[in-house]
Amino acid sequence: MAERSMLEVRGLNAWYGESHILHGVDFDVNEGEVVTLLGRNGAGKTTTMKSIMGLVGTRSGSVVYRGQETIGMRSDLIARAGIALCPEERGIFSSLNVTENLMLPPVIGPGGLSISEIHALFPNLKERAASQGTKLSGGEQQMLAIGRILRTGAKLLLLDEPTEGLAPVIVQQIGRTIREIKNRGFTVLLVEQNFRFAATVADRHYVMDHGVVIDMIQNHELAANMDKLHDYLGV
Amino acid sequence: MLSILGYNVGPMLAQGVLGLINGAFYALLSLGLAVIFGLLNIINFAHGALYMIGAFVAWVLLNYLGIGYWPSLILVPILVGCFGMLIERVLISKLYKLDHLYGLLLTFGLALIMEGLMRNYFGSSGMPFAVPESLRGATRLGFMIMPTYRVWVVAASFVVCIGTWLVIEKTSIGATLRAATENPALVQAFGVNVPRLVTMTYGGGVALAAFAGVMAAPMYSVNPSMGSNVIIVVFAVVVIGGMGSILGSILTGFGLGLVEGFTKYLYPQGSGVVIFVLMVIVLLLRPAGLFGKAA
Repeated sequence: MAERSMLEVRGLNAWYGESHILHGVDFDVNEGEVVTLLGRNGAGKTTTMKSIMGLVGTRSGSVVYRGQETIGMRSDLIARAGIALCPEERGIFSSLNVTENLMLPPVIGPGGLSISEIHALFPNLKERAASQGTKLSGGEQQMLAIGRILRTGAKLLLLDEPTEGLAPVIVQQIGRTIREIKNRGFTVLLVEQNFRFAATVADRHYVMDHGVVIDMIQNHELAANMDKLHDYLGV
Repeated sequence: MLSILGYNVGPMLAQGVLGLINGAFYALLSLGLAVIFGLLNIINFAHGALYMIGAFVAWVLLNYLGIGYWPSLILVPILVGCFGMLIERVLISKLYKLDHLYGLLLTFGLALIMEGLMRNYFGSSGMPFAVPESLRGATRLGFMIMPTYRVWVVAASFVVCIGTWLVIEKTSIGATLRAATENPALVQAFGVNVPRLVTMTYGGGVALAAFAGVMAAPMYSVNPSMGSNVIIVVFAVVVIGGMGSILGSILTGFGLGLVEGFTKYLYPQGSGVVIFVLMVIVLLLRPAGLFGKAA
């Protein structure tokens, strides 16, 4: 591939307290790509996202974002470098209304979407602007969690299971959104359990197991590798 | 004299008004405690001592530098607030990874040290602080004579409390503060320098205490134990209002001042304990406090 590498993860190890979760994770994300991390529960996908963001207790190895080593950086400085996380638990703040939640992450650079562009993507957020953040439906909360990181000018978006537990029609809307933000030049690293969904949005897939990356599959080769994938994911 | 159910309304109102003045101090102090507890999860036992330091700094500024009450009202909260930020950076921030109890013990120790140092330098007898020229005098209200300065105390602390509440509830910095209170790690991962926010919040809470200290200086004698006298009641106020609830601490502060005042008229012997009796009742019926959210 000729694309420029945006994120290079090499030998990433991570610990929560005493438990060693990641055992040397290696992968790359190129500028403008949508890349997924697939794998069973407990494979280390979410921990990988959190480690990139500087949110785990201890980590070692190398995470280079646009030529800058971030492994020793504080999470707010990693965010300021241009990476933004949409966490698995969505992280909507109950003491903030929808607009306050949307406006919470500080703008870290140019290129973010305006509020009206976010409202165009997610009309529900406009209608419910004054509602308490956690009073939204699960789907609306997910839209809010994605919408608020589109505003900041971050170029690499880490989306951790954005479709988890959502109705099919909402999943489709999230899929459209991911394709739309890819067209706008954002780069996306996506954690997914649902590889059928992942196949509709992604360029490449990394498969994780027991805290390491065990395979990489191009999206157009996915059909040919279906047996292997079923085996990896145990589905 | 007007009377209801055998009680004279005049003296009762007078005690109520006096209670409201105490309530103004309860509100300012418990508000600072609530803001600090919300974000830092630390019960700031040094709060009373910092209130006392506020009064002393105003006294020192007046007697050594000739800086009067009005400039002190702005200057002292800034100075003491900076001192608070220093305490947070150098000492309290080292304890965030430990149990909350350590923060409580540390700030309790700091309170004792500050009180001891002040007693050592200034003695314990207390020093007078003149009411500023423009606030001298009193108004005859019919049922009592109301010193102008006390009216000012209630009004000023009400404005400061509401102002603080508005900043926290209606501004973007307040939204960041509320979010960081809920989930500091995520707020930091959005690019907010949360450690700095924590330091500034502690400084802000301390500045409120110092402001209360300056306002108290002309009313009570400036003495090293003025903080420990009031802080126990303030902790009871915070427990009744609900830990970390901003509006709750303001309303409870003023409200309990009133309750204390009325009790002074209705059952004078009970006025010293009524707040603690209420605290026990609230803890039994609503452990999270009147305005607190259940954990």
